[in-house]
Amino acid sequence: MEKKELKTPLLDELEKGPWPSFVREIKKSAEKNPMARDTLGQLERSYEDRISHWKHGGLVGVMGYGGGVIGRYSDLPEEFPEVAAFHTYRVNQPSGWFYTSEALRTICDIWEKHGSGLTNMHGSTGDIILLGSKTEALEPCFADLTEAGWDLGGSGSDVRTPSCCVGPARCEWACYDTLEACYDITQSYQDELHRPMFPYKYKFKFAGCPNDCVAAIARSDMSIIGTWKDAIQIDQEKVREYASDGVDIEAEVVDLCPTGCIAWDGQKITIDNSECVKCMHCINVMPKALAPGKERGATILIGAKAPIVGGALLSSVFVPFIEMKPPFEEIKELAEAIWDVWGEYGKNRERVGEFIQRVGLGNFLEEIGLEPVPEMIAHPRTNPYIFFDEELEEDEDEE
Amino acid sequence: MAVAQRKTDIGPPDFKQFLHPLIKKNYGTWKYHEILEPGVMVHVAESGDRIYTVRAGTPRLLSIESIRTFAGLADTYTGGYLRWTSRHNVEFLLDDPAKIGPLKKELHELGYPVGGTGNGISSIVHTQGWVHCHSSASDASGVVKAVMDELYGHFTHMDLPAKLRVAYACCLNMCGAVHCSDIAILGVHTKAPTINHGDLPKMCEVPTLVASCPTGAIRPASVDGKQSVEVEEEQCMFCGNCYTVCPAMQINNAETDGISIWVGGKVSNARTEPKFSKLAIPFLPNNPPRWPEVVEAVVNIVNVYAKHARKHERMGEWIERIGWPRFFELTGIPFTKYHIDDFKHAGETFKRSTHLKHTR
Ligand code: HEM
Ligand code: HEM
Ligand code: SF4
Ligand code: SF4
Ligand code: SF4
Ligand code: SF4
Repeated sequence: MEKKELKTPLLDELEKGPWPSFVREIKKSAEKNPMARDTLGQLERSYEDRISHWKHGGLVGVMGYGGGVIGRYSDLPEEFPEVAAFHTYRVNQPSGWFYTSEALRTICDIWEKHGSGLTNMHGSTGDIILLGSKTEALEPCFADLTEAGWDLGGSGSDVRTPSCCVGPARCEWACYDTLEACYDITQSYQDELHRPMFPYKYKFKFAGCPNDCVAAIARSDMSIIGTWKDAIQIDQEKVREYASDGVDIEAEVVDLCPTGCIAWDGQKITIDNSECVKCMHCINVMPKALAPGKERGATILIGAKAPIVGGALLSSVFVPFIEMKPPFEEIKELAEAIWDVWGEYGKNRERVGEFIQRVGLGNFLEEIGLEPVPEMIAHPRTNPYIFFDEELEEDEDEE
Repeated sequence: MAVAQRKTDIGPPDFKQFLHPLIKKNYGTWKYHEILEPGVMVHVAESGDRIYTVRAGTPRLLSIESIRTFAGLADTYTGGYLRWTSRHNVEFLLDDPAKIGPLKKELHELGYPVGGTGNGISSIVHTQGWVHCHSSASDASGVVKAVMDELYGHFTHMDLPAKLRVAYACCLNMCGAVHCSDIAILGVHTKAPTINHGDLPKMCEVPTLVASCPTGAIRPASVDGKQSVEVEEEQCMFCGNCYTVCPAMQINNAETDGISIWVGGKVSNARTEPKFSKLAIPFLPNNPPRWPEVVEAVVNIVNVYAKHARKHERMGEWIERIGWPRFFELTGIPFTKYHIDDFKHAGETFKRSTHLKHTR
C-alpha cells in the first residue's frame, strides 16, 4: 500500500514543552505500525473537529470470557482503515506493578505482533492496557498472552481487576501484605473476574495504611486499608534529631494532630494512643522516628464509586478492624456474603454503595449478619422517620 | 482460527518472581525511608540493606518502543527490576547508589523527568479521551500534556506546602475517578444528545435505548411516522449512556462540550478525612491543541494555593480554613449559580450559620 505523508500540525504542538509527549509515543509506534499511524491520523482529525471519532462496539471478546476486551470502532473507517476496529485488552497487572525487563519485553513482543504497539501503563483500575487490535487478532493475541503467563482483567458487571499499593515490598508503613492479599483474591475469583454476573462492577483495592496510595476509599467497592490497634512506635532519639534538623515539632506535628493527642516537651513526645485515630500525619512527617504499632490489620470500608449514576460515594466503615493473614478467609466470606445479597436484590447497574443507600445500611448489615457499631457512622440519624421492625412494634403493643 | 492448547483463568503472574533480590530479602521489614532529592528515595531495612528508587514521569500512553527502552535501562542499572506507581510513574529499583546519577542523566536525555515525590505534583491520573473513547467531551492526553508542561517545575521540585494531586477525566463517567483530587479537570457535555431520527430505527433497539438512560429522560416517540425516541432535556445529565448503546444518540458536540475544574478533594486520611473535590469553574472552552484557558486556570489555582496555604495543608484543608468566599476572592474565579448544588441532599451544602467573614 502506498504510504502518503501524514501531516499532524495540531498534534505536533503537543510535542513541544518539557513534559514527555504522548504524541511522540504514538509516532514512535507509527514508524513501524500502520495501526498506530492511523491512530495518529484519526486523532489529528479529532483535534481539528474537536470531537471523538470512536464508536462503542458490539460484543467482542475472547471465547469463554465476558470481559477483558473493550470493543471500539472508528466512525471514519474509510479514511483510517487500519483502526476500523480498534479493540483494547485489559491485561491483569502483577501485584504492585512490579516487573522484570524480561517480562516487559515479552508483552511488547506479543503486542508488536498482534496490535498497535500502543499501551497505557496503566489503566486507572490498574490493568496493563493494550490499546487497539483488530477483531481477528483477538484470539491469537490472547493465546500468546496466556502462553506467556498473562491473563485478562475484568470489564463489565464483574469483579474488576484488583489492585494494591507497593506495600511491604518497599514501604515501612504497610500494616498487612497488600501484594499477597491482592494476588490471592485475584486468583480466588477468576471466574467472577472473567464472567460478568453481578448487577454491576465490583472493585477491590488494597492499601497498606491510611495514606491510601491506591485511592481505595474513593475508587473501590471494597476498600481494604491497613491500620493498627496498639501504640505508635517511637524512637525519641530520632524525634530529637528531626527537631534539631529544623522540624518544628509543635507546629508541624503536635498542632496538626487531628485529635490533639500528642505532647512535646522539647525532649520527648508522648502520644495518648487511646485518642489516636491512626491518621498517619505524625508518622509521615517523621518516618525515621515513628512507625505504626505492632498489632496490625485493616479496616474494611465499602461502597465507593464515581458519580454515574446516583452520585459519587466514598467508602464507609464496614468492619473497623480485621486481621489480614493468608488465606484471607474473612475478606472472602464478607465479599461472598455481599455478592449474595446484592446479587439477589441489586438492580441492574446499581453499585453496592448505591444499593446500600437504597435499602439502608442497617438492613444491609442484618442481611450480611454484622452487628451495627458506632464506628460505622459519622453521627447518628437526625431525622425521626424510624422504620421500627415488626417485632419491636408487637412488643410495644403487648405492653 | 485453530488455537492449540487454550489456557484460561490463569490470573496474573505471581508478583514474587518480579521482585528485586534486596526487596525479596527485606520484604516487610523496611524501617524508614528518606527522599534524597526530588524523585530519588532510599528505603532502609532492619537488616541495614538499602534500596534506592528513581522515579520518572511518563505520559501513561507508552509505545512498546519506550517500554523496551525502560527495560534496557533496568538491565543496565538495576539488574532488570522496575515497577510503575499508581500514578503512572515508572520506578527503577537500585542497590548501588553510584548508578543513580548516570540513570538520572539517561532519563533526562530521553525526556522522562525525574521527580514526583514529596510535597509537589505527581503525574496526572487520566483517562482515554479521543485516543480511545467514544463519549469523551475532550481529549485526555492532550490536556494533561499541556497542563503538565506548565506544572513541570512542581514535579521536579518539591516546592509546594503539601502534596498536590491532579486528575483528569474526559466525561462524568470519570474513569480516572477524579472526584477526590486536589485539582480535578473534568470534560463536560452540556447539551442533551442530538438524535438522528433517520438512522435510529436502523441502528438501535428502542426498548434497550430507553432502558439505558439512568434518569429516565428517554421516551419512545414516533417521528415522521417512524419509531424513534425523544429526550426530556431537563432530565438529561449528559452521561452519554444512550450514545454507548445507540450511535444515533450523538452526545458529543464540538461547540458545547467543554471542561470544568474541581478542587479540594483528597483520599489520604492524614490529618483530615478524605473529601470530594468541589466545583471551582463550571465551564471552560474546549480549545485544542493546548487548551490555554484550562492551563491558565489550573496554574492560577496552584499559584494561589502555593502562596497562601500553610505547610502540610492540602488544597481542601486550606480552603476549609480560609472559607469558600475567600477562595473565590483570592483566585478571582467568578461565583455563579452553577456552583450551588441542586442534586440530592443539596441543602447540606448550603451555609447554615452566620459564620461569615464579611471581607468581600
Ligand atoms: C465505553 C467507554 C469507556 C471506556 C473506553 C472506558 C475505559 C476505561 C479504562 C481503560 C479504564 C481503566 C481500566 C483498567 O485499568 O482496568 C477505566 C476505568 C474506569 N471506568 Fe471506564 N471506560 C468507559 C466507560 C465508563 C463508564 C460508562 C463508566 C461509569 C459508569 C466508567 C467508569 C470508570 C471508572 C470509575 C474507572 C476507574 C476505576 C478505578 O479508579 O479503579 N467507565 N475505564
Ligand atoms: C445502559 C447503560 C450502559 C452503560 C453505562 C454501559 C457502560 C459500558 C462501559 C463502562 C463499558 C466499557 C467497559 C467497562 O468499563 O466495562 C461498556 C462496554 C460494553 N457495553 Fe455497555 N453500557 C451500557 C449498556 C450497554 C448495553 C445495553 C449493551 C448491549 C446492548 C452494551 C454492550 C456493551 C458491550 C458489548 C461492552 C463490551 C465491549 C464493547 O465495548 O463492545 N452496553 N459498557
Ligand atoms: S498506602 Fe501506606 S503502606 Fe501503602 S504504599 Fe502508601 S504509605 Fe505505604
Ligand atoms: S497518627 Fe494522627 S491521630 Fe494518631 S497521633 Fe499521629 S497525628 Fe495524631
Ligand atoms: S471518562 Fe468518560 S470519556 Fe473518558 S474514557 Fe471514561 S467513559 Fe470515556
Ligand atoms: S446522556 Fe445520559 S441522561 Fe442524557 S439522555 Fe442520554 S442516557 Fe439519558
